[in-house]
Amino acid sequence: MAGLPSHEDTPGTDEFIKGLWRDNPVFVQVLGMCPALAVSNTARNALAMGLATLFVLLMSNVVISSLRRFVPREVRIATYILIIATFVTIVDYVIQAISLDLHRALGAFISLIVVNCLILGRAEAFASKNTVGRSALDALGMGLGFTTALLSLGAVREILGGGTLFGLPLFHDAFQPWVVMILPSGGFFTLAGWLLLFNALAERRERRATLAAEALR
Amino acid sequence: MNGMSASAPPTSAWPMYRALVGIGLLCGLLIVSVFELTRPVIERNQAEALQRAIFQVLPGARSSATFRLVGEDRFEILEGKPDGAPLAYAGYDADRQLVGLALEAHGMGYQDVIRLLYGYSFAEQAVIGIRVLESRETPGLGDKIETDPAFLANFERLDVSLSDDLTRLLHPIEAVKHGTREHPWQVDGITGATISSAAIADILSQSTSWWIPRIRRNLDDFRIAE
Amino acid sequence: MSGDPLWSVFVNACLINNFVLAYFLGICPFLGVSGKLATATRMGGAVTFVMLVSSICAYGINLGLAALDAPYLRLISFIAVIASTVQLVEMFIKKVSPTLFRALGIFLPLITTNCAILGLALFQTNKGYGFAQCIVYALGAGTGFTLALALMAGLREKLELANTPDVVKGTALSLMLAGILSISFMGFAGLGG
Repeated sequence: MAGLPSHEDTPGTDEFIKGLWRDNPVFVQVLGMCPALAVSNTARNALAMGLATLFVLLMSNVVISSLRRFVPREVRIATYILIIATFVTIVDYVIQAISLDLHRALGAFISLIVVNCLILGRAEAFASKNTVGRSALDALGMGLGFTTALLSLGAVREILGGGTLFGLPLFHDAFQPWVVMILPSGGFFTLAGWLLLFNALAERRERRATLAAEALR
Repeated sequence: MNGMSASAPPTSAWPMYRALVGIGLLCGLLIVSVFELTRPVIERNQAEALQRAIFQVLPGARSSATFRLVGEDRFEILEGKPDGAPLAYAGYDADRQLVGLALEAHGMGYQDVIRLLYGYSFAEQAVIGIRVLESRETPGLGDKIETDPAFLANFERLDVSLSDDLTRLLHPIEAVKHGTREHPWQVDGITGATISSAAIADILSQSTSWWIPRIRRNLDDFRIAE
Repeated sequence: MSGDPLWSVFVNACLINNFVLAYFLGICPFLGVSGKLATATRMGGAVTFVMLVSSICAYGINLGLAALDAPYLRLISFIAVIASTVQLVEMFIKKVSPTLFRALGIFLPLITTNCAILGLALFQTNKGYGFAQCIVYALGAGTGFTLALALMAGLREKLELANTPDVVKGTALSLMLAGILSISFMGFAGLGG
């Protein structure tokens, strides 16, 4: 997770931006994949899951950061998990109150946010060592990066697998949906496709950097 | 969880207990508050969803009441929370006359368990509507059991009359190949989703075999005064 | 739902709705550890054991929570039990076989964040399984997980020697393999009868 050396515009915005692209949780760090694949069969589910994770990430980062001087080293993981589990339980009930339909679609995967390596990882790597403000920005950036990644998976799978986006039909009736996209295999293939794209772009960027470095010599 | 850096002095017990217990209490408080805040909303949502499903499987129903099974074949209105006894939902039309009963059933489909609600009418001795509550059938194929209008038309009047001694179904429900339905107790299957269609037929067959003999013995239990 | 026969529960958890290939649980170790067949099978064994213990504890916790009428404590209790079980398993393996401990490395404590174990506890709660069914469900899920891991490890060992483009190497390749494996496991649907 070292990342490329950054030019910091201001310390704040960099914390926010790195989660969106450079250190994107799903495409670069390859974290939090279980929910990414499981609930991204439609764009609506992907968006809901992303926002739920964002909420948990933000709240736990803020709370853990504000309590960081209060928690001794030895019990830190236990307390982090306790705090994260609390917010996941909260978001579970809130989603149930908002829409039973959505809750049924996401199912147990809302509760599974608690074992999303991303949240525990940010708590350990960042929130426990930084101020509340910066931790909040970090959480927002990572959370939004996660949500956009999920949304890109969900949108592709829904468009190709059902011909709709957020439930609205896009093509006329002659469109034959590519059903495998909605199935679990489709999730694997779509994520592989996006990763390929990211890898290819990263490779091209590296090649250009080496070419530029050689040209200077 | 494992690591303890050699340089930092080990923490004494009190700060650890203080952190764990303090945070534990805080978290507990948060959870309980949110739970209590959302509980009425959730219960209202669930009641509304159930109501909608009941009205869908019992066309013509305007109000409903929940009954629980008592003993072998008596029914009484459910007071308070469900306690595990089998439940039947009665639907009444605008004149407070009994339209029928909505019953839950579940069973193994092609991929995973299918849960559905179906409406039974005494007058017609038939299933008059179904609604799939939960299923994980193959998208595009098996999930047509929820959406295909021709398939759903099977259940507008699916015959489940009882034998003369009122102990079992006269003709068990069976699924047949698409387009070959001859009798009102058969279910016209969906091409390409034979197993899912057969699963629905099986689930209904088993559920009606169990429920209807019990219900018919004490129909009056479901008629409400006023 | 608790009327399912035991063999059906096992086959369902192991093959038809394989935890990794159908439910997407346990992806992190699936993609990370599964480079070598031997490590993969041992990891699978450790996960199966933790699943078994967690399943039994989850059953007990559910009984307790029902008595206390405190369903909102479910998640916290589950995760606490899982974390403790993993801690105990770790200490046990370290004592009994230090080589295995070193081979598994970071992935042993990571079993705590393995969605498969928490997912197992949550699914069996939703399905309302009885005690015997819980045990069979855990064994089935663990076996299915080990099976998926072993298959993936075998495939990747073979691919080490193949001529794959650089862009594809790594996670992208594993995901494509997983997709193909997932499609092949779909052939088991309908076994449940």
